[in-house]
Amino acid sequence: MTASLLYALAGAVLFGMGLYGLLRLPHLLRKLLAFNIMGSGVFLVMVGLPQHRGGADPIPQALVLTGIVVAIAATALAVVLMRRYYHLSGMTTLEEPSPEQRPGGRR
Amino acid sequence: MMAGWVRTLITTLLCLTLSGALAASIWAIAGNPTPVDLPRLLSENMDRSGVAHPVTAVLLNFRSYDTLLEIGVLVIAGIAGISMAKTASLEDPELRTSDTLLYALQRWFVPLMLVLAGYLLWAGAERPGGAFQAGAVVAATGVLMRLGGIPMDFLRPGLLLRLGLGLGFSVFLVVAVASAIGGEAFLAYPPGLTKALIVVIESVLTLSIAMVLLALFVSAPVNDAEDPEEGGPA
Repeated sequence: MTASLLYALAGAVLFGMGLYGLLRLPHLLRKLLAFNIMGSGVFLVMVGLPQHRGGADPIPQALVLTGIVVAIAATALAVVLMRRYYHLSGMTTLEEPSPEQRPGGRR
Repeated sequence: MMAGWVRTLITTLLCLTLSGALAASIWAIAGNPTPVDLPRLLSENMDRSGVAHPVTAVLLNFRSYDTLLEIGVLVIAGIAGISMAKTASLEDPELRTSDTLLYALQRWFVPLMLVLAGYLLWAGAERPGGAFQAGAVVAATGVLMRLGGIPMDFLRPGLLLRLGLGLGFSVFLVVAVASAIGGEAFLAYPPGLTKALIVVIESVLTLSIAMVLLALFVSAPVNDAEDPEEGGPA
């Protein structure tokens, strides 16, 4: 059990927490944040697990760097889509609005 | 509510199970020896890569295919974001802040951050740094300038924006195809030109990454913007 392995296991925990948030939180922005936490967990696993043996491994680090940049761009695109969705529907969730909250009503 | 309670329980169990399975497989992998010693393979081939830093060598030489696809994904995300843009003029006065502190800091920060981005780009050859870090710093500078209301006409959907978005991907692809035509493998740089090509690709990548991130930042539609009919004049 080394510190690097602890990082990888913490990544697994983060993955589970993010998955729970993605599935259970209704607000879209919270879903996006939860999804990012999931992604961070995966990055942590990818960096921590190879580091467990014989120091830092540049190859997973480079892959994680690529992944981080793609994750930032995807998050920004998701925020743009979300704001567009909010602008068109007035809703911040994907669930069917209950009768007292008609589409177009700002919450 | 009963149904909601049951759903929460099932989701919790599912997440715990998945997390546990992931942790168990991490534990199992950590206990076994690796069949291939990738770090050693990399360090043995470092002198062929044209740069001294292993991460940069992996990103732009040994696994440059990943980086090529990555910038492709970024360009697609940028284009999708721009097509969602609601404001015809990206210099919406409502988006500006009138914070005197920000103005004062900006005069100091913007040149400094641009210099830092240039340093990061150049440092990528032998120590941590490179196109992505430099691109992120340039994009952050752009965000700061935008919040301070400095006009940035090139971000208006037009020729300059498209050129900036596409430049990194196109240059990278041209290099890749040129080496393929020249008889080498796709994306294999010709020997002797490796360092120069990597620096050129990193520079255009920096520009494109910064443009994509900045374009995504400014294209987030404003809440109270005029809402023209779908397909109508923006």
